[in-house]
Amino acid sequence: MGEPGTKELLSLEELEAAGGLRTGRKHLLSILVENKPGVLTRIAGLFARRGFNIDTLTVGPTDDDRVSRITLTLDGALHPIDQVTKQLHKLVNVIKIRDLEPDDTVSRELALFKVSVDGNQRGEVMQICEIFRGKVVDVTKRSLIVEITGTTDKVEAFERMVRPFGLIEMMRTGEIAISRGRGET
Amino acid sequence: MRAVDAVMECLKAEGVEVVFGLPGGANLPTYDAFYDAGIRHILVRHEAGGGHAAEGYAKATGKAGVALATSGPGATNVITPITDAMMDSVPTVFITGQVRTELLGTDGFQEADTIGISMPVVKHSFLIQHPLEIPRAIHEAFHIARTGRPGPVLVDIPQDLSRADIQYEPVNDVRLPGYQPTTEGNTKQIRQAAKALAAARRPVIYAGGGVINANGAPELTEFCLADRFPVTCTVMGLGAFPAPHEQWLGMLGMHGTRAANYAMDEADLICAVGARFDDRITGKLSEFAPRAKFIHIDIDPAEISKNVPAHIPIVGDAKNILAKLVAEYRALEFDSSRLDEWWTRIGGWRKKYPLRYEDSTDNEIKPQYMIQALYEATGGEAIVTSDVGQHQMWAAQYFHFSKPRRWINSGGLGTMGFGLPAAMGAQVGCPDQLVCCIAGDGSVQMNMQELATCAQEKIPIKVFIMNNGYLGMVRQWQELFWDKRYSQVDMGDFPDYLKLAEAYGATGLRFTDKRTLVSDMKDALATEGPVLVDVRVTREENTYPMIPAGQPAREMVG
Repeated sequence: MGEPGTKELLSLEELEAAGGLRTGRKHLLSILVENKPGVLTRIAGLFARRGFNIDTLTVGPTDDDRVSRITLTLDGALHPIDQVTKQLHKLVNVIKIRDLEPDDTVSRELALFKVSVDGNQRGEVMQICEIFRGKVVDVTKRSLIVEITGTTDKVEAFERMVRPFGLIEMMRTGEIAISRGRGET
Repeated sequence: MRAVDAVMECLKAEGVEVVFGLPGGANLPTYDAFYDAGIRHILVRHEAGGGHAAEGYAKATGKAGVALATSGPGATNVITPITDAMMDSVPTVFITGQVRTELLGTDGFQEADTIGISMPVVKHSFLIQHPLEIPRAIHEAFHIARTGRPGPVLVDIPQDLSRADIQYEPVNDVRLPGYQPTTEGNTKQIRQAAKALAAARRPVIYAGGGVINANGAPELTEFCLADRFPVTCTVMGLGAFPAPHEQWLGMLGMHGTRAANYAMDEADLICAVGARFDDRITGKLSEFAPRAKFIHIDIDPAEISKNVPAHIPIVGDAKNILAKLVAEYRALEFDSSRLDEWWTRIGGWRKKYPLRYEDSTDNEIKPQYMIQALYEATGGEAIVTSDVGQHQMWAAQYFHFSKPRRWINSGGLGTMGFGLPAAMGAQVGCPDQLVCCIAGDGSVQMNMQELATCAQEKIPIKVFIMNNGYLGMVRQWQELFWDKRYSQVDMGDFPDYLKLAEAYGATGLRFTDKRTLVSDMKDALATEGPVLVDVRVTREENTYPMIPAGQPAREMVG
């Protein structure tokens, strides 16, 4: 791609090809940070600068109240992701980062589904809910709220199953993840 | 004591001798504390000048530079020096005032989200939320600014918190669980690097500003001389190896020498020390040094394999690692004659393509000659700062820097207006040395106002304006790559620098004749106080040689 100083005219296709950061596999990053104001902004800013779109993001306390855990998922090729994690390491408030391998990780998210149901559909939805080990947490004449916990795949499978009934709303927390085995994440 | 008095105690405990700043509403309490704190404060005319002065001070002395600004516009005015310090890894601490906490987020008078605005360009920053946090934040700021890969750290203090009455206890420990720079360097990797170097037939040592930051110039020199390694430096690294020298290839990169760039192109092993393979070095990345393997020594792990994959990465302090590398290298059996062929090849390039220009046949001063004249007039014994553009590249090419911390310029960000305030800061830090600024007539006007500061504080910098009446580097690119359509680059014959210098309380001089230039310059250097010299040079001269943008090194022109 030409430099700003050169006269060469750039086609839109060339520009798009040059920006190709977003292809690759899904990454699940687990970031241990100091519990201080502004930390999340610093982290999000680094991803934004490199053109990454964060798919999901969860932040919560850990067993140590001075430390918080950020879990985020995004798509990206390995090299640019590696660059971002190195940059993240440079943030003074970031203590530890892991790009978790799916096979060595237990990950879960929580989702709430508000499904439109009339009398005869209710049973069917509740049956699906049972298969997915979900919980019905609210019932009205014309709707159900179902709570599902599981991997992203499971949540998405449930969504596919209930969408035909009339999905009024869906809310997802984004994944949290912990490494398998005795070692710390 | 008041929190601001505690700030003064912290500054003293950190060994701060001087700060550069400008007061305003939100830092009134801080300035009240300065009244009798016994710390030298230099009142700048614009906060950007203060920030660059702090950088110049830091680069010349190796100590942390400190700049102060008030909230809102004061703080936004230091964003450029902060970014500059980030790009060039300059240890600096910026302390900004902020509106009272009850006004935060209300668009109060002179309120700006300083922390938010500066976030992408600081090494770290502290927004003070409780007065008791202030002492620790200041100490941590200095610790972070100085250690690891140095950089700018910002402390933003709301006005009301700075007036709080606090108990001050000296802070001797810094607890930063997420900040533990690696300094030592992996011994195994160092040994491997030594072996690779001993086997290399076409090695090049490529050193950058990191060597100077680490105070590793003596170690670099010793290492290069341990064998007959050819050595080149980036624009930030000049002075890390004593030029001129038989093993010195000159600067590399876009306006580097052919010997340096061709050597990189044909090298079989490149040892990068404290350098980051910037696009101004590599040219077309996919065709950069195609035959080379890379040893990459850097304090910042994020630099390793960022642009060029490192075969032997070594993370740590350049001084430490180079010292160990020399010892490892000397313990090996190596045959220096293996480099004969390589030196013959390099010698050929040197002979065929020395730095050259066509001198005038009349009295006209060629810009390249202006630099040579200043080198002669100073005997090379000066700290030289520069702005950004053609004059910067000519200074880097024609002024030989034999010692570190003698060449101070804005390499990464390329900040016009850097040179004059940086010279001011360098002079304050090194009062016994001669400090010259080589400026462009475009750049110098961007922070001209600090000449008043120099006059008032009797800071005797010597500013040599390479005056061609153009924004010269942009004009050069328009000439070469945009069909000579000169768009908005002609600055004409304005201002009159003689009158301007006089108005500021400095001495103004104008040189137009090359025959007397060296002696005229000597006179200027001998003049007391700040001096502004308008040197009239050839208007349309191009900086060569040059790697055209996006091209590989072997396509150099000129």
